[in-house]
Amino acid sequence: MSLLDYFKSSKPTSASIAKERLQILVAHERASLNQPSYLPKLKQELLQVIQKYFEVNENSISVNMEQDDERETLELNIILPDEETSKKSISTTNKGK
Amino acid sequence: MARIIVVTSGKGGVGKTTTSSAVAMGLAKKGHKTAVIDFDVGLRNLDLIMGCERRVVYDFVNVINGEATLNQALIKDKRCNNLYILPASQTRDKDALTQEGVGKVLDELSKGFKYIICDSPAGIERGANLAMYFADDAFVVTNPEVSSVRDSDRMLGILSSKSRRAEEGKEPIKEYLLLSRYSPERVKLGEMLSVDDVQDILSLHLLGVIPESKSVLNASNSGTPVILDEKSDAGQAYADIVARYLGEDKPHRFIEDKKGLFGKLFRSR
Ligand SMILES: Nc1ncnc2c1ncn2[C@@H]1O[C@H](COP(=O)(O)OP(=O)(O)OP(=O)(O)O)[C@@H](O)[C@H]1O
Ligand SMILES: [Mg+2]
Repeated sequence: MSLLDYFKSSKPTSASIAKERLQILVAHERASLNQPSYLPKLKQELLQVIQKYFEVNENSISVNMEQDDERETLELNIILPDEETSKKSISTTNKGK
Repeated sequence: MARIIVVTSGKGGVGKTTTSSAVAMGLAKKGHKTAVIDFDVGLRNLDLIMGCERRVVYDFVNVINGEATLNQALIKDKRCNNLYILPASQTRDKDALTQEGVGKVLDELSKGFKYIICDSPAGIERGANLAMYFADDAFVVTNPEVSSVRDSDRMLGILSSKSRRAEEGKEPIKEYLLLSRYSPERVKLGEMLSVDDVQDILSLHLLGVIPESKSVLNASNSGTPVILDEKSDAGQAYADIVARYLGEDKPHRFIEDKKGLFGKLFRSR
């Protein structure tokens, strides 16, 4: 590797890594700030039910609440394990207020 | 009616008290009658930074509890007769501040003062919440560093929901960014978040950038608000901030690295 290559290989600076991490985190935290406080509990309870039928863990389920002017949307996303089914994914959205 | 400014940050040690003392002194020196209040109950420090620690007799909590009048507790600054300091109590009782009590004191102060600066403690507990509750303006002090930026963002969320203005459905608190302990050299090397990076995340009105500066420690050693050190970079940064807040048009300084060799060679002045 020549000296020039060394300078060219643009390794991201620590500041740019910091910025990227912050952007992701802040977006996430702003979204969850507006989430109802019962959401984590709802997620836990749903997980328990689903675990009766599938081998899933915390990371394979996401529960989100979104709100716009017209309606609230509860979005439930479960990724089922590979062995049982070939990448089946249940996705339910329940709309209406 | 006074304008109430909260100096807040979420994260500790980012420069709230340094900023409160400098801004209060700056506003007072511009001829505005100003009071600066320490909300850090249990850990008062503003008195030390302002250099009036030996003149504290009564404090904020004494006034709230009716043990002293506001006039007895206010300490008049010896350098500027427009400036008064209301020290925090050293009590360990976390519930000493009440919303009603703070509201009453601020109401009374509002009659005689033009600006009231509330130096918030770190965190999101009672003292911090009460410091911001009655505010008209918020100076969000942030360091160019991940945890400080994150905490500032959280404070913005709280400012917009848990304040008197929010509860009464009034015009929201005006939020300003004060980016402190900034090192243009390190930004240039990619070692520190730049003003633009921070603004991409927080997108606030930038009131000013305060450089990392030895003058801040020197000033606190002697109990002098750093703005009185007119030769220092931090002192000038705060003077600009006060001027901008009062509506003067001041170009931003202390953002570019001027110490570089090329900067020196090619700068005309
Ligand atoms: N621009 C600056 N350059 C260098 N040092 C600074 C600067 N601003 C603040 N400091 C230093 O950082 C430390 C913390 O400052 P300060 O007490 O103002 O922060 P704070 O936010 O009020 O802290 P706390 O959350 O504990 O109330 C002090 O030692 C101060 O001297
Ligand atoms: Mg402080």
